Amino acid sequence: MSFSVPKKLQTEINRTIKKYPEKRSASLMLLHAVQEEFGYVSNEAIEWIADKLELQPINVYELVTFYPMFRQAPAGKHVLKVCRTLSCALGGAKTLHGHLCNKLGLDRNAHGLQTSKDGQFSVEYVECLASCGTAPVMMCDDDFFEGVSLEKADEILEANQ
Amino acid sequence: MPKEYRLILKHADEPRYSNDLGCYLKHGGYKALKKALKLKNKRVEGKGTLSPQEWIREEVKASGLRGRGGAGFSCGLKWSFVDRRSGKPIYLICNADESEPGTFKDRQIIYKDPHQLIEGMIISAYANDVNLAYIYIRGEFVEGAKILDQALAEARENNLLGKNILGSGFDLDIHVHRGAGAYICGEETALFNSLEGKRGEPRNKPPFPTTHGLFGEPTAINNVETLVNVLPIVQMGGEAYAAEGTERSPGTKLFCLSGRVNRPGTYEVEFGATLRDLMDLAGGLVDGSELRAVMLGGAAGSFVGPEALDMPLTLEDTRVAGASLGSGVVMIFDQHDDLVDTVRRIAEFFRDESCGQCVPCRVGTVRQEEVLVRLGRGSHIDDERDLLDDLATVMRDASICGLGQTASGAIRSAIELGLLDGIAATGGTEGEGSR
Repeated sequence: MSFSVPKKLQTEINRTIKKYPEKRSASLMLLHAVQEEFGYVSNEAIEWIADKLELQPINVYELVTFYPMFRQAPAGKHVLKVCRTLSCALGGAKTLHGHLCNKLGLDRNAHGLQTSKDGQFSVEYVECLASCGTAPVMMCDDDFFEGVSLEKADEILEANQ
Repeated sequence: MPKEYRLILKHADEPRYSNDLGCYLKHGGYKALKKALKLKNKRVEGKGTLSPQEWIREEVKASGLRGRGGAGFSCGLKWSFVDRRSGKPIYLICNADESEPGTFKDRQIIYKDPHQLIEGMIISAYANDVNLAYIYIRGEFVEGAKILDQALAEARENNLLGKNILGSGFDLDIHVHRGAGAYICGEETALFNSLEGKRGEPRNKPPFPTTHGLFGEPTAINNVETLVNVLPIVQMGGEAYAAEGTERSPGTKLFCLSGRVNRPGTYEVEFGATLRDLMDLAGGLVDGSELRAVMLGGAAGSFVGPEALDMPLTLEDTRVAGASLGSGVVMIFDQHDDLVDTVRRIAEFFRDESCGQCVPCRVGTVRQEEVLVRLGRGSHIDDERDLLDDLATVMRDASICGLGQTASGAIRSAIELGLLDGIAATGGTEGEGSR
């Protein structure tokens, strides 16, 4: 399978690499950029990044498995991350997560990331998102939402349908 | 009624305050930098002639500024350890990985007033002979990274960064580096590995970052709030700054209040304010709540009971009480909260976030969580105490980094306070059953 990176992203990546005295340092930023473009980090992408940074693929692969934010398989079109750490747990994170799962036909007790049948949404629990004063909080892709009531959760789903 | 005292979030919450350079300049921004760059060699009694860089470092030392990231180490002392003799490049890193559960203060600075951080970094870089600096920001602060990138671009366009900054001959660039969801990367040596493109696993210390940091070169690494505090020190002088707060904890602190108070949020107060003062600032307990316990310092910190309400929240007073101030977390729990489950969540958090490099932490956090799950299912604390103690001792003594060393702290303090005694089994719900 061929893996091709759009020109614009290539330029961005080349610029990113220059920010570091050693190429390898750019690994995380390149993984972010690639995941943003393709939705996940494929094996081809890992090889491409390794080649770009003059590394062995394992050097990049081990990052994808170590860092929770990187995915090796495609997720839904929108990814919902529900914070479940202390303040959010007190503030109703479990109810919020359960509500989202019910709405999307997912198992509220399942571990890890799950994706709705239509591929529109993925839901997962994450640890502290650093906004404990406005619990419960969640993210929809890059957007951050505070004080998420069940009504607000419905609005977020609707806005991203 | 206690009052806030805003040295850091002076303008950030004003109605029309925005996070762009224009607004920051209008509010006196970059004046401290201009002052710093104009400094000349100075004769100081007893210290001989100090270069501008030495003078700033001396002022920071005199200010008594202590790190705001959790450890509370003297910033001036840390900077004085930076290896300047080897001739190797020196790096400055801003630790913006803010991941300690209950902490949300650096977010306020980054999102609302990014230039304040950048100005603090430029001065700190100048003082430490640094020409390349990074902001390591947690991956989930996507918007925060964009805000910082934008602010850095503005600073570059206005020669506040780049070559020959404001004609001073000083060169510096700052880049934003995003983490990717690993709590461990807030540990400074794990952060270096992460910034080098490796797995975020901590290194053994010593050697310390001041001699062997990023790329094995001398590195000054400071928390966001610490770096911002350099601005008032340069403006008012170290001695005047030292007069704020208490003798051993000078200055102000951003405290993060969450849980069962009426107005959770970030409150900036002079060091010396008590727990009660902070709770009053946050509007007191919510209706019908009775104070049961307060978590200080985050998941890596500890619980204190209602008897600690009049304890001043300083680094020294909390230490005497066997607690820690950490990054300024104050999380309030009431009589309805399922503390067994909260403590289990803490154990789960550490199991999840342990990097897996060293055995005491990798295995200890798993065993610890198992015990807490059993407690939630009706097992009695008296039957588990020995095992928990044993695990805690091994993790504290033998783990490579602070994660494993503190992973049992909150749990032990909960046991000592009797928070896990005589509680009916809840069947492992997540703390919401009572509401």
